Amino acid sequence: MEILKGIGVSHGVAICSAVVLDAEEVRIPQRHVVPSKTEVEIQRLRKAFLDATQEVSNLRVSQSDQWDSRIKDIFAVHLHFLRDKTLRKKIDDLLAEKCYTAEYAVSFVMREIAQHFSNEKDAYISERANDIIDIEKRLLRHLLGEKRKDLKNLRDPVVVVGYDLSPTQTASFDKRYIKGFAIDAGGRTSHTAIVAKTLGIPAVVALGNISTLVTSGDTVIVDGTRGRVVINPDEETIAEYRAFAADILQASIELDVLKDMPAETLDGEIIELMANIEFPKEALTTLEKGGDGIGLYRTEFLYLDAPKEPEEETQYKVYVETLKNMGDKPVTFRTVDLGGDKFPRNIKMIREKNPYLGLRSIRYCLQHMDMFKTQIRALLRASVHGKTKIMFPLITNLMELRQAKWVVADVKEDLEEQGIPFDDNVEIGIMIETPAAALTADSLADEVDFFSIGTNDLIQYTLAVDRVNEKVASLYSPLHPAVLQLLRKIVKVAKRSRIDLSLCGEMASEPEFTPLLLGLGFDTLSLAAPMIPEIKQIIRSVSMEYCRDVARRALKFDTDTQTISYLREELRKIQKREI
Amino acid sequence: MALNPSDKIVKEVQVLIEEGLHMRPAMQLVECANKYDSSVSLSNGKTEVDGKSIMQVTMLAATKGTMLTLSASGSDAHQQVEALALIIEDKVK
Repeated sequence: MEILKGIGVSHGVAICSAVVLDAEEVRIPQRHVVPSKTEVEIQRLRKAFLDATQEVSNLRVSQSDQWDSRIKDIFAVHLHFLRDKTLRKKIDDLLAEKCYTAEYAVSFVMREIAQHFSNEKDAYISERANDIIDIEKRLLRHLLGEKRKDLKNLRDPVVVVGYDLSPTQTASFDKRYIKGFAIDAGGRTSHTAIVAKTLGIPAVVALGNISTLVTSGDTVIVDGTRGRVVINPDEETIAEYRAFAADILQASIELDVLKDMPAETLDGEIIELMANIEFPKEALTTLEKGGDGIGLYRTEFLYLDAPKEPEEETQYKVYVETLKNMGDKPVTFRTVDLGGDKFPRNIKMIREKNPYLGLRSIRYCLQHMDMFKTQIRALLRASVHGKTKIMFPLITNLMELRQAKWVVADVKEDLEEQGIPFDDNVEIGIMIETPAAALTADSLADEVDFFSIGTNDLIQYTLAVDRVNEKVASLYSPLHPAVLQLLRKIVKVAKRSRIDLSLCGEMASEPEFTPLLLGLGFDTLSLAAPMIPEIKQIIRSVSMEYCRDVARRALKFDTDTQTISYLREELRKIQKREI
Repeated sequence: MALNPSDKIVKEVQVLIEEGLHMRPAMQLVECANKYDSSVSLSNGKTEVDGKSIMQVTMLAATKGTMLTLSASGSDAHQQVEALALIIEDKVK
């Protein structure tokens, strides 16, 4: 039994068998299989070699003659390596002798060869190490790709353990059987955290090296409430956690009675609680949890795992399904927000040095007009089936907003000419998620119907902290005075300009922030659907007068540590009904 | 005179390829070696490798000027060694 401590980013407890997911980008940890399973690993290896060989042959053929013949040569060399019997034998023998997994055996042998090349003084030869690493990556991609397919076709519940999870990976999981996440890297707003909250399953991140300590099949307890993971727990620990899990379940059943009650403060202020979703099916969870609508539909999830860019008709159907599921409740569709940490598996995007500062989100869309227009067209066509709102992400200046709006006007004109119906009054809004947008909110407000604050990115860009890098996780602070001042400014602008305002970052789903946000003047919050009842319960326990007082005090602290301990203390009082 | 299959053909050659026996020439060499039935090895005096394996040939990392010993055994060993020597001495155009 081994207990690891990390950051709990989604509450609850899961006791389950683990599936370890390695990533080709990071070093494959040494992992073993039981001797009876080595034959399975050798078969996986054989298949990976076959698939990789096929892939390289295709690549070689598709390189037309306009290319330098050297590129073809490189592929030819790779093919020779993939077909090299002595190489295969070397990996097979190592695997059989040491009972390694196929991934580790490949990685070990290829790195040994690469090392051999790197040590050569001759530049021509030492550079060949890169070719070997390339071949290694290709083989690993096939091996891991197969494993990912396994996560699509699960039959038993599992906890996923890995270095980190990318949106592209999670998009392909069969979510019915995923019961928890335990991850080496990541912070509070990393993708893993967002997905876990949306699914309502426990998750612990920043665990350091859990992916090297766990072997697929080990029993693992993920305690997202206390930020702990237990590997191969003893009977006593399991019993203890079963009891804890039952308590959590009981509490959530009690919260379910709130489903049809409004999120109304003690003094009668109604707060709208919307859901953040990634897939149309989650509209149903939203209704189950008593959500007032969809405040953030992350449409890029249609693109991440798709075999190719989704066509207008495909998108249209998905959007209509979501709108119909929601009935007369509003759905805010955020236009494609790719890049940053979201890269589609099958759509080519150039890898940049600073992806969060690069060609992502609306910037990418405005440079890929065909793709953008296709989405806007699908959204406008769907708009006759429900209350549709369109929202542009990562706006940093007025010209971007205007360009995006021109596209909408353009597409509307086309639809009109073709006699295709759409709702001409579709509301257009933007995400405020950069300091630039927050500080120029005045002029942006004149040209939109609503703002939605994306605190995850707003915090990252304001504090210059990569929100998925666990090494600077302690600097990622929603309560930094600079963040709070920006939030206050945006609220003021929205009120003065009489436009709708909501907050859709992870802050909205943290109970200790709820009184502060209400006090700052937010009357719409959008969060992961499973968290709605808990936040509703807080809202129903406080008055606006109290919340405004909390906000006033919170804004006076000089450091976020003071603010957080103050807010935690207030939350404790609310929960014990001491206010 | 027909060769006995068990006969071993041995030949010393010097690497004359400008960039050494690296990827592309190694590939040519391995491709050529595999056209023959005989088995063939290359040795630089310290390490002996299989001439039909690209991994082993490239790992030999024979730069220009290196002396290599080719040894082949099999029915077409003689032709094989001559053909490989041409590649190593950069005489193939």
